[in-house]
Amino acid sequence: MPERTATIASRSGLHARPAALFAEAAGEQPVEVTISMQGEPADDALDAASILSLMTLGAAKGDVVVLRAEGDGAEAALDALVKLLETDLDAE
Amino acid sequence: MQNFQGVGVSPGRIIGSVRQMPKPVSEPPSGERLAEGISPEDAVARLKAAAQSVHDELKGRADTASGDGKAVLEATALMAKDTMLLKSAAKLINAGSSAERAIWEAGASVSEMLHNLGGYMAERATDVLDVRARIVAELRGVPAPGIPASDTPFILVAEDLAPADTATLNPAVVLALVTSGGGPQSHTAIIARSLGLPAVVAAHGVDDLADASEVYVDGAAGFVAVAPSDEQRAAAKAWAETSATLAEFDGNGTTADGHLVPLLANVGGAKDAVAAAALGAQGVGLFRTEFCFLERDTEPSVDEQAAAYKAVFDAFPGKKVVLRTLDAGADKPLPFLTDATEPNPALGVRGYRTDFTTPGVLERQLEAIARADSESEADVWVMAPMISTAAEAGRFASLCAAAGIETPGVMVEVPSAALTSATVLREVGFASLGTNDLTQYAMAADRQLGPLAELNTPWQPAVLRLVQLTVEGAAQEGSGREGDPKPVGVCGEAAADPALAVVLTGLGVTTLSMTARSLAAVGTVLKTVTLEQAQELARLALSAPSALEARDWVRAKLPVLEELGL
Repeated sequence: MPERTATIASRSGLHARPAALFAEAAGEQPVEVTISMQGEPADDALDAASILSLMTLGAAKGDVVVLRAEGDGAEAALDALVKLLETDLDAE
Repeated sequence: MQNFQGVGVSPGRIIGSVRQMPKPVSEPPSGERLAEGISPEDAVARLKAAAQSVHDELKGRADTASGDGKAVLEATALMAKDTMLLKSAAKLINAGSSAERAIWEAGASVSEMLHNLGGYMAERATDVLDVRARIVAELRGVPAPGIPASDTPFILVAEDLAPADTATLNPAVVLALVTSGGGPQSHTAIIARSLGLPAVVAAHGVDDLADASEVYVDGAAGFVAVAPSDEQRAAAKAWAETSATLAEFDGNGTTADGHLVPLLANVGGAKDAVAAAALGAQGVGLFRTEFCFLERDTEPSVDEQAAAYKAVFDAFPGKKVVLRTLDAGADKPLPFLTDATEPNPALGVRGYRTDFTTPGVLERQLEAIARADSESEADVWVMAPMISTAAEAGRFASLCAAAGIETPGVMVEVPSAALTSATVLREVGFASLGTNDLTQYAMAADRQLGPLAELNTPWQPAVLRLVQLTVEGAAQEGSGREGDPKPVGVCGEAAADPALAVVLTGLGVTTLSMTARSLAAVGTVLKTVTLEQAQELARLALSAPSALEARDWVRAKLPVLEELGL
C-alpha cells in the first residue's frame, strides 16, 4: 500500500485550525486516507478525514506521522496531504 | 396589558420582538430502542441526513463569522459529520439502539476521550457535546439549543444564561436579555452589564411569552410589558438618545463639590484592560487572574503568568492596578487546587484558603506578579480573596513582602473581615469590598438562586452596614500611604449601580470599580450630588427597613436617574 511520512510543521500541532484544514482536505480526496504516528501498526491507523480522530491522535509540531492510501489517485492524494502537513498552517 | 416584574440588573429602555431560547436538549432514555418497523439502515441514513444539516447550518454560520469564532465554528461543523462519531453511532444503531440514543452515547465517549487528553483537546470536549445535542434536536425536529441564530435584532428570553452562552451572544443582534430565573449576581446579569445590554432577571412567567411578540423592557426598573404603550415607546426613543451621551466617561470620578472618587474597571485579561483604558477607566480596581488558570489541568509557569499580568499592567502606565490573587473554588473549580466533592463549596476551601491545602501556588503567583510589576509602569496593588481574619491578612502581607510586593491588601467578602476591619487593616495597606460574595454570606443566600433574588441584593441594609463598619475600621486604623485612612474600595457589582455608587461614596468608600461599560453612567450621576448629599442618602439607605425601601427612598432623591433611564 502506498505510504508517506510527514513531519508536522504547524506550531500548535495537528489541533485546532490545522486539524480542521487537514481533515477537510483529506475528505476531498478520491481515496480513503489513514493517518498514524510513525512506529504504530497500520491496523491502528485512523481516518485522516475525521477531525476527532486527528485530535485524539495528538500529533505535536515535529512529530512524524504516516499517511496511507490505496487505489486510483492514491499517490497524488498522499503527495498533496504531505505538503499540507509540512506547511505551518498556523502562520497563514 | 400583560406585564412582568422582575429585577432590573442592567439599565436601558428598549422595544423589540421576543425570541425564546430553546430548552436544553433532554437526554434520550438509556436503552431506547429503534422503533418498530424501522430498519437500522433507515435509522443510519436518517442520522446521516441530520448530521449533514447540522454541519451545513454551522458551516453557514462560520462563513459569516470572523476571527476565532469562525475557526471554532468551522471545526465544530466538521465534527457534525465526523466519520469517527457517525461510525460509532452506526454500530450502536445496528445493535438495535435508536438513532437519538446512539449519537448521544457516541458523543459522550468521544467527548470523554478528548477530556482525558487534557489541554486544548479537553476544551473541545464541550463542542462535541454541543454537536451531539444539535443532531438530537434535528432528529426530533425541535429547534437547535443555544441562542437562536438570527439576522434581525431580538430580545432574548431564557430561563437563565450560562457563561458559555457569552461566546455565541452577538450584541449587534441581541437587544436585551430577560430571564425567568437567575438573580442580580447571576451570570445573565454579569454578561448583560459587560455587554451594556438592558436586562431583567427573575421575571416569573416570561417563559410563556410567544416568539415574535413585541415587548418593552426597562432594565433599570426591572419591568417587561407586552404590547408597549405610547408612553413606553417615547421612553424607548428617549433612551436611544440619552444612551449615546452615557457611552463616554471623561476619566474624572468626582462629586459635584469636587470630592474625588476614582472610577476603576474590573478586568479579566489584557483585552478587557485595553478596552477599559479606552473607556476612560482611571485604573483597575479588580484584575481577576483566574483567566490564566481556568480550564487548565496544571498550574501555569511563573514565566507564563508574568507575561499575562504584564500585558494588563501595560494598559495602565502610571495608574493603579489592583490585582486579586487566584480565586478558585465554589463556582470556579480548578482540578489541581480545589476538591470538587466538597458538600458546601461556597463555605469551603476557596480563594486565599486554597493555600492551606495546596501551598506553593500562591507564592509562585506572587513571584510572577512581582516580576511583571518590576517590568511595567503601573502602580500595582495586590489583594487576597476570601480573607476572614487578621491573622490571614498578616500572613498574606508577609508573603507579599517576601516576594517584593509593596502594597498588599485584602478583599472584604466574609462578614467577619468587615466586622474586624480595624485589626485586619492593621496588617495590610488597603481593603476592597467584594459586594457579591459579601451579600451572599451576610444574607446566607446563594448568588445563583432565582427564588432568593430579593435577599441577594447589595441594597440590603445589613450589607450597607457591613460596608460602613469596614470604612469605620479603616479610619480607626489610621494612615495609609498619603497619611489618610487606609483606602477601602468597592469592586463588586454594587459599584456599577449609579444610585448605589452614590450611597457607597456617602459611606466613605474611596474608589469604585466596575465593568467598564458602567463608568459613564456612574460618573454622570456622581457629578450631580455633593459629598454631603451622598452622606445624607447613605444615612437614609441605612435606616431603611428593607432593601426595596432603601433603593426606592434613595432613587426618589435622585431624579436624574429617571431622567436618564438608569
